[in-house]
Amino acid sequence: MNQVQRASLTLAVCVLTAIVALSMTHRFTKDRIALTQHQWLTNNLQAVLPEGPYDNDPLLSMHTVEAIALGGGQAVKVYPVYKNQKPYAAVLTVVAPNGYNGSIKLLLGLTANGTIIGARVTDHKETPGLGDDLELKRSDWINDFSNKSLNSTTGKSWNVRKEGGSFDAFTGATITPRAVVHAIFRALRWYENNQELIFIL
Amino acid sequence: MVERDLWQKGMWSENPALVKLLGLCPLLAVSNNAINGLGLGIATLITLIVANCLTSLLRPILLTSIRIPIYVLIIAATVTILELLIKAWLPDLHSSLGIFLPLIVTNCLIIGRSESFASRHTLPESLLDALAMGIGFLWVLLLLGGLRELIGQGTLLDEAHILFGQQAENWTLNVFNADHGILLALLPPGAFITLGLLLAVKNKLDETLTTNNGKAG
Repeated sequence: MNQVQRASLTLAVCVLTAIVALSMTHRFTKDRIALTQHQWLTNNLQAVLPEGPYDNDPLLSMHTVEAIALGGGQAVKVYPVYKNQKPYAAVLTVVAPNGYNGSIKLLLGLTANGTIIGARVTDHKETPGLGDDLELKRSDWINDFSNKSLNSTTGKSWNVRKEGGSFDAFTGATITPRAVVHAIFRALRWYENNQELIFIL
Repeated sequence: MVERDLWQKGMWSENPALVKLLGLCPLLAVSNNAINGLGLGIATLITLIVANCLTSLLRPILLTSIRIPIYVLIIAATVTILELLIKAWLPDLHSSLGIFLPLIVTNCLIIGRSESFASRHTLPESLLDALAMGIGFLWVLLLLGGLRELIGQGTLLDEAHILFGQQAENWTLNVFNADHGILLALLPPGAFITLGLLLAVKNKLDETLTTNNGKAG
C-alpha cells in the first residue's frame, strides 16, 4: 500500500467513526431536544393565550400564512384556538424587521375580536442595557399591550409617546420600542381583515 | 518538574487568552457576564481535552499529509456532539451562547494545541496540556465576563440558572444599583477595553516580578 492509499484509508476510517459518533448522539438527544423546544413553545403560547380548556391543542393546529409584511419577509406561523367549535383566540408570530440591531421576533396572542391578550419577545439582538427592556425579566413594558385593540387605541396612538403615541419608549432607546409598536399595529390591522386565513376549521 | 512547567505555561506565561491572544472572537463576544464566560470556558475546555487526547492516541497512524483534516474532523465532531448535548440538557445556555458554541470549532487554540503539542506527546502529557491551557482560557474568560458584568450592570453571577439549573435562580449578587453601571462595559468596545486593561495589568506584573528577581539575583 502506498502513501496516498494509506492516507485515504485512514481518513475514510476516521470520517466513518465521526459519522457513527454523531448519528448516535443525534439519536440519543433528538427526543430530549424536541421535548425542550415543545416545552418552551407551550410556555410561551400559554403566556399570551387565555386560560383553557379549549377544543384543540394550539401547537398541533399551527399552520402558516403567507403574510410577507407581517413576517419580515417570511410566512407567518399562526396558532388558532377554538372553543365550542368557534374561533376563540389566536397566536401570531410577528416580526419587527426594523429593530436597532436586526429583526425582533414576537408572539402576539389575540382574542377572536382583535383584543391583545399578551405579547412576548422571543428573539432579538437589541443593545443590552438599553433595548432589552423588551424582555419581561428586565421590565414589564411588554405588558402595556395587554387588553389593547384597534378600538381602544386609535391609529395615531400606535406609536411611542415621544412621537405622539401612547406607548413608553426606553431611556436612550426609541428605535427598539417603536419597531415593536409598529409591528403589533400592523399585525392588528392585518388580523382584522384576514381571520378566514387563520381560523380554517 | 515537567508537570509544573505545563501548568505554569497554560495558566500564565503562555496563557492562550492573555499572551497568545487566541480565540479572541468568542472571548470578546460572550464575555458580557460571568455565567456566559464560564459556560463557554467549560465547553472550550472539554473540546480541548477530547481533541488533545484523541490526537495523541492517533499519533501512530497520523500521516503528515492528512493531519490537518483529521484535527478538523476531531474538533468539529466533538463540538457538534457537545452542542447537541447542551441543546438537550441546558437549552437556556444554548440560546445564550448562540452561534459562539458551534464556533468553538474555529478557535485556533484547539487546533494549535493538537498540532504543536498533542501530535508530539504522550496521552498523559497531552491531557495535562489540555487541562492547563483550557483552564488558562477559562479563568480569563470568567474574569473578563465577571468584570464586564460588574462594571456594566452592577451584578455578579446573574442568570446562573442557565448553567446550574433552578436552584441557582437567586445566586445573583447585586453589588450596586444597575442605574449606575457603565453601559459601555457591556457593549463590544467594553470587551476590547477590558481585555486591554487585563493585558496591561499582566504585563506590569510580569515586569515587576522580573525586576525583583533580577535584584535578588
